[in-house]
Amino acid sequence: MIEILFVLGVPLAGAALLAALGHRGIAPAVNVAVSLGTFLAAAALTARVVTEGPLLVLDRQFFVDPFNVFLVALTAFVGFTTAIFSRPYMRIEEEHKRLSAPRLRLYHSMFQLFNFTMLLALLTNNMGILWVAMEAATLTTVLLVSLYRTPASLEAAWKYFILCGVGIAQALFGTILLYFAAEKLLGAGGGALLWTELNAVKAQLEPTVLSLAFVFLLVGYGTKVGLVPLHNWLPDAHAEGPTPVSAVLSGLLLNVALYAVIRSKVLVDGAVQTSFAKELMMGFGLLSVVVAAFLLSRQKDIKRLFAYSSIEHMGIITFAFGMGGPIANFAGLLHMTVHSLTKSAIFFTVGHATQKTGTQAMDDIRGLIKISPLVGWGLAIGSLAILGMPPFGVFASEFLILTTAMKEQPWAAPFLLGALGLAFAAVFSKVQPMVFGETTAKRLPVRPAMVPVFVHLALVLMLGLWIPPFLAAWYREAARLIG
Amino acid sequence: MAPPLFAQFINLLAAILLLLAFAMLAQRRVLSLIDLFAAQGLALACSTAIVAYGTAQPHLYFSAGLTLVLKVFLLPWLLHRLIRRLDVKWDVEGLINVPTTMIIGLVLVVFSFNLAVPISQLASTVTRATLGIAMATVMLSFLMMITRRKAIPQVIGFLSMENGLFFAATSATYGMPMVVELGIALDVLVGMLILGVFFFQIREQFDSLDLKHLEKLKEGE
Repeated sequence: MIEILFVLGVPLAGAALLAALGHRGIAPAVNVAVSLGTFLAAAALTARVVTEGPLLVLDRQFFVDPFNVFLVALTAFVGFTTAIFSRPYMRIEEEHKRLSAPRLRLYHSMFQLFNFTMLLALLTNNMGILWVAMEAATLTTVLLVSLYRTPASLEAAWKYFILCGVGIAQALFGTILLYFAAEKLLGAGGGALLWTELNAVKAQLEPTVLSLAFVFLLVGYGTKVGLVPLHNWLPDAHAEGPTPVSAVLSGLLLNVALYAVIRSKVLVDGAVQTSFAKELMMGFGLLSVVVAAFLLSRQKDIKRLFAYSSIEHMGIITFAFGMGGPIANFAGLLHMTVHSLTKSAIFFTVGHATQKTGTQAMDDIRGLIKISPLVGWGLAIGSLAILGMPPFGVFASEFLILTTAMKEQPWAAPFLLGALGLAFAAVFSKVQPMVFGETTAKRLPVRPAMVPVFVHLALVLMLGLWIPPFLAAWYREAARLIG
Repeated sequence: MAPPLFAQFINLLAAILLLLAFAMLAQRRVLSLIDLFAAQGLALACSTAIVAYGTAQPHLYFSAGLTLVLKVFLLPWLLHRLIRRLDVKWDVEGLINVPTTMIIGLVLVVFSFNLAVPISQLASTVTRATLGIAMATVMLSFLMMITRRKAIPQVIGFLSMENGLFFAATSATYGMPMVVELGIALDVLVGMLILGVFFFQIREQFDSLDLKHLEKLKEGE
């Protein structure tokens, strides 16, 4: 229990501290230290769950099971590495006069607050609080997306705010319907929104209400996952915000929103005896994969390119969970992990690459490897990993998803394969000239932080070759739970 | 048998809520739009208080009070202040003309009532008939957000959508658990404050709050 309080308390206190501290030379280091503290607390929580099994504490308000514990650890870890990366990145931005001291203060404080909302959304057992935390996550990131105050970033932030606001309002309606169905069985009051309580009585919940609730929940949280056709905000927000924010949006926020969808799906599957939720998720997932794959080849901005790649991967994961079954769920969980690690690593290298060349237009980024081999190789290896080249982890999960699809949903397999091939051609042909060839890049005033990139990629490589037994056990356990 | 008196009052207030949603859809002046929004908040607070009285649910008094403070006084006051400070009193121009919007609105209401029928039949609360109205209010606010291109009307549409959701929560379930309601209220308030900051940023950049300036980012470019 004490670990949960630390996991949530450290980033919250850190946000207050960084807001009070203002932008001094020490603030970025404090940001890293707070993130490290969060990560250590999350590691302690993970160790506790490994030894003692699921936790249900604080008047049943917090719940940790194999499904969310690895996401908590992942979120805290990526938050920590992003803080390390953002230190040199933001210093360079400051020297390029793109950001002033008050904005950096806002940035550091909101970064921690964002981490707090993500962890709260993962740890809470209350579907209502889950909604509140997701909405709070939108609010904190709106300010981060508009940090540069350029016309384009304001437009992106406005779009993000309105679209996700409307989306999340749909999710609220879904939550109300869920409460409406549960209240008859569990009685009014706080108990009727607790996921564990709902899960215990899910077979008796009213199927019509639950189906309707799921539609609203899927559309609502699906907006934040970036599922087509609700994805419009995502590329803009990724492209116009500062790069550390793009990294946490892709690496963390999308995962947590998907987590909310899956928690809802478990309840609906229990109540509705048809494959209604599954079909809905498969449909949205497949549409996202195909549309994103086609749009990839039309991109000119490097951050938009990888934002569309995130939509594609979220589609793959949604499709996998839609298929359900032990193997597809296992693959979906693995894909969530490796996508989050790989995509944030890519955004780290992209951030430094854009700083070196002073542009996000891919046509003007050339020959990164000449001026800085680490950034060049980071981008090349990261792109190969995200495109599903063996022996990286993305290959393992995509392979599992594809083979399951061929067996269980043969109609979908050609679409998936075609989209993956298209994505490969589009991304590879754009990344190759950026990495090799004559260079346009300049040296940076501060050494870029490349350690997080290679740590992430090494982890992805490891997950492709060997999954630690406790992690595999969690994935299996969580896959069984999701059904 | 006629429903109890308080239930009839709630039905009356529900009808007023729907009427106000249509009025907002037709209203072109932004200051009147804010007043309509405040009136909607008042109707919501009254109906919540009546449900609280009629069903002896004390925690609903609290949420009625919260609605009154937040939606009738605080938010309209903030919006008025914002408009004064920004010094913009422009009329609202929609993308579609008013009669067409109204007809689309009517279709949406019929659709929402149909959608609500199966759920209403399951509800055990005396106020279940109002669920369709709540859903219609949400849909109409949604329509308002789509058809308006200025920033403040879009936000009012957003807030009015939240009113509709809140009404759905009270009419179908006698309100959400307290902790959730507080969380929602906090999110709305913080969101409003962030928007205030945001308006100034938008105007600083574009010298206007017309969202047509915010249409540069296109898919696939």
